[in-house]
Amino acid sequence: MAMTQEEILAGLAEIIDEIAGVPADEVTPDKTFVDDLDIDSLSMVEIAVAAQDKFGVEIPDDQLKDLKTVQDVIDYVGRSSVSA
Amino acid sequence: MGTESTSPEAIRSDLTERVVVTGLGAITPLGADAPTTWQAMLAGRSGVRTIEQDWAQRLPCQIAAPSAADPATIIDRVQARRLDRCEMFALIAAREAWTDAGSPDVDPLRLGVAVASGIGGIGSTLAAYDTLREKGWQRLSPFTVPMLMPNGAAGWISLELGARAGVHTTVSACASGAEAIGYGVDMIRSGRADVVVAGGTEAAILELNIGAFAAMRALSLRNDEPERASRPFDKGRDGFVLGEGAGIVVLESESHAAGRGARVYAVAGGTGYSGDAHHIAQPDPDGAGATLAMRRALANAGVAAGQVTHVNAHATSTPAGDVVEAQAIAAALGEAASGVVVSATKSMTGHLLGGAGAVESVAAILALRDQVAPPTINLDDPEDDLGVDIAVKPTELHPRGPEPMAVLNNSFGFGGHNVAVVFMAA
Repeated sequence: MAMTQEEILAGLAEIIDEIAGVPADEVTPDKTFVDDLDIDSLSMVEIAVAAQDKFGVEIPDDQLKDLKTVQDVIDYVGRSSVSA
Repeated sequence: MGTESTSPEAIRSDLTERVVVTGLGAITPLGADAPTTWQAMLAGRSGVRTIEQDWAQRLPCQIAAPSAADPATIIDRVQARRLDRCEMFALIAAREAWTDAGSPDVDPLRLGVAVASGIGGIGSTLAAYDTLREKGWQRLSPFTVPMLMPNGAAGWISLELGARAGVHTTVSACASGAEAIGYGVDMIRSGRADVVVAGGTEAAILELNIGAFAAMRALSLRNDEPERASRPFDKGRDGFVLGEGAGIVVLESESHAAGRGARVYAVAGGTGYSGDAHHIAQPDPDGAGATLAMRRALANAGVAAGQVTHVNAHATSTPAGDVVEAQAIAAALGEAASGVVVSATKSMTGHLLGGAGAVESVAAILALRDQVAPPTINLDDPEDDLGVDIAVKPTELHPRGPEPMAVLNNSFGFGGHNVAVVFMAA
């Protein structure tokens, strides 16, 4: 079953809190990872691997670099889990 | 200014300015900060314990001196994910030293870091290798490399303090921490920095390291009496006990310290180095290299042997090393050796490898401040012919003349590295 956007956001916020220490309520769809949430590229790799485990979708490096905002990840996970 | 000389110890640079110590930090088997560590040393406490982890059951040595505090409970949770344990120790001690120095207001371009480790992030290396073999490279933390590199601790400290004069890591096994302090002194003397955060760290109480040192037959196997196992200079010594932790000092040019009215612990007078060129892991039995390092340190500091009141010895409790060092101290100080108080604080902390020289420099500086040498515990039956007096209880230190009192800290490392550091009363 595909997850709702809210479920993906909640799961992603949990991962970001664990890895980057950003409180869950700050992780909103419009935020950019680098500028708004102050997450560096190494932490993004960790987040991508954790997201892969949590959501069961693969995020290849060439896709990862295009995921700039929280909404980008929600959309990507939503698309991938539907097609999976 | 500089006197031409052909004697090997005459390598004193033309000092333009003295270097002083304005901050101290430590996290050790005896305490989570420098004052607690120092009080425990004066009280003669042992930090040696039975290793609780299951892996110790597979090894002949089942004792070690773990840090008094788990660094992961002190460091912020998110930052701790990215730090090796040795980097956490260094960061904790650096924060303490920096605060202790009054958080100096210094131009970032004039602030340096010289923080060493003998081994680096070995715990992270081993864990990453397990991950690699079990789960594949994709599961390696992207922070694996900065966690395992020996210069990681120096790098993190420079990031936290914004130090941009230069970031350095001197690697010379068990002399690393002392060498880093010497490097920091030289950075200031050579005009590259006004303030340097210097010291050493280690976190190697792991199955591989205990096993490998056991394979060298270097460790005490006194498993049934952990607190009695580290016994430098005692006839019953049977090897060292591995400890962990970090020591950090804030070094500062005297004018910079005076300009901000800083409290000064001591003058970091100078450093002496030599190489044994004898054996990769055994001391030269005639102690020539150790003697030379001490003589060079005194020359570098412009200190006479008769000013030295106390030596914090390297003395690890191995059968080969301790007696050679005692005799080398006697040789280096000559007639002035009589009346010098020698202490082996590894009897209490165990051997912190790359952290040892730094923690013992902290101890030597506090001995100078309080005019008391810490005890050498477990010295029940001293070796004959040591040629120097070993403190078995806290021993008062007195100036031996009109010149400022000086203390020496010795550190020797596998590879034949000999480093002696001199501190003087300000």
